[in-house]
Amino acid sequence: MSEVLTEVKKSPLDSEIVLNMGPQHPSTHGVLRVLLKLDGERIVHAECEIGYLHTGMEKLAEYKKYNHVITITDRMDYLNSTGNNLGFVLAVEKMLQLDIPPRAQVIRVMLTELQRIASHSVWIATHGLEIGAMTLFFYGFRVREAVLQLIEAVCGGRMMPSYFRVGGLARDIPDGWTQRVRDFCDDFETQALVEFNTLLTENPIFRKRTEGIGIISAEDAIQWGMSGPCLRGSGVAHDIRRAHPYSGYETYDFDIPTRPEGDVWARYLVRVEEMRQSLRIVRQAVDKLPSGPVKADAPRVVLPDRHKMKTQMDALIYHFLIVSDGFPVPAGEVYQPIESARGELGFYIVSDGGPKPYRMHVRTPSFANLQALPKLVEGHLIADVVAIIGSIDIVLGDIDR
Amino acid sequence: MDNQQQLEILRNRFGPEIVEWKEQWGELTVVVKREAIVRICEFLRDEPGLEYNFLSSVTGVDLGVDANPRFEVVYHLYSIPQRHRIRLKVRVNEDQPVPTVTGVWKAADWYERETYDFFGVTFDGHPNLRRIMMPDEYEGHPLRKDFPLRGYRR
Repeated sequence: MSEVLTEVKKSPLDSEIVLNMGPQHPSTHGVLRVLLKLDGERIVHAECEIGYLHTGMEKLAEYKKYNHVITITDRMDYLNSTGNNLGFVLAVEKMLQLDIPPRAQVIRVMLTELQRIASHSVWIATHGLEIGAMTLFFYGFRVREAVLQLIEAVCGGRMMPSYFRVGGLARDIPDGWTQRVRDFCDDFETQALVEFNTLLTENPIFRKRTEGIGIISAEDAIQWGMSGPCLRGSGVAHDIRRAHPYSGYETYDFDIPTRPEGDVWARYLVRVEEMRQSLRIVRQAVDKLPSGPVKADAPRVVLPDRHKMKTQMDALIYHFLIVSDGFPVPAGEVYQPIESARGELGFYIVSDGGPKPYRMHVRTPSFANLQALPKLVEGHLIADVVAIIGSIDIVLGDIDR
Repeated sequence: MDNQQQLEILRNRFGPEIVEWKEQWGELTVVVKREAIVRICEFLRDEPGLEYNFLSSVTGVDLGVDANPRFEVVYHLYSIPQRHRIRLKVRVNEDQPVPTVTGVWKAADWYERETYDFFGVTFDGHPNLRRIMMPDEYEGHPLRKDFPLRGYRR
């Protein structure tokens, strides 16, 4: 009797409910499920449920020769595919101790930075869309389309380029491509960046929705393993391109943008500034592109040119060996981190001396960044969850692998 | 701090707990005893000059069905202020739980869950040790070497 009475007295406004957001929710960027424990509209506790896009790529890699694994890495972080290719080939090249020709390195940097611009453009498009700035969606995707056409011109693939090879590139860039890159850079700077700033940075509604939302301190961000723009948005000037340069990044002049606030707005500003810095790097790369080969001098690893394969006996033999058996990689293990568009992307590869990886683990940036989501959303409103998920820029293919 | 100096500090401090070490391609790997992993991680995080404040990842390696111990749990640590890396390893069998490092770095939470999910290595003291990628009712641990590529059921 007394129990019934207390239940009647309890106001329905005092109760906590659990809300299921996703896995089929437009703002979760794929198939992420977030469980929200709510007090009214305020979040008391949140939990993420991932794995809906798990495709066993690490397992699959153990069954593929090194050059074939490159195609898998494309499909992990599908918005930053050349970056993923680069991380993987650098790891294998470290094990083989290969010297990469300067031309190949510059082209790699160029493509990785173009891809970073494309990735951030998709982020700004979707992030804006979710908060209600719908117009921006088309502007962002227009930039991305321009970059994808540049990538298509060098390798035929748009989203899945697989253009980098262990030891260099698949082939040289086509004639006139650098001019197209220059044109893109000019258009991007004079048009797209200005539009982004007009449509979002100066948009009072967007600022109201993002300022002071989802704050994380520098110590917490480090504790949770956050990296990339999320970490720099909390004021930590850490960038692997600067701390541990690879592919000749030490020779480029660029800044590491940081913001001290640690909120959604700070992460937004950092990414927009990063696009500008990537543009600087692309321009420097185009200016200093040297001539020369794009493949390392390692006949046992790098496929010979087609005409050599048809005219020279030794080239034919190497071609046959690489295609049929792959190339052996010395036994041992490496961890190769790079700065992807989302943060620290690390490839941990264990080799047993054979032509296939014994074990490949990928430390993906989105996985660690998403882990901090419950901490970020606590105490905010449901609508803010959408803004916060957008601001950590997750790619579910990157998380679930 | 270069790899040799780091190794020297670790050996002086934790002599008997360090099983073996290796430097290959400029990367330092230190294999430590299972019981000491939390103490060593805390030391690496707090010691001035080392300051490993960033946990890059935790993962596993299956050394083969017949290997004893069968699994390696691999920790990649990074120091943002000092800009150096180290790789720690613990070798265990399935029935030997590894003490969790979630108390040292919160980032270890999902990585240890993933290692448990894929290899069946358990972590002692983990706040929420359940599968992360595979469904809860899934049987088997997919990244083990005896797990077929296409799964048990076709």
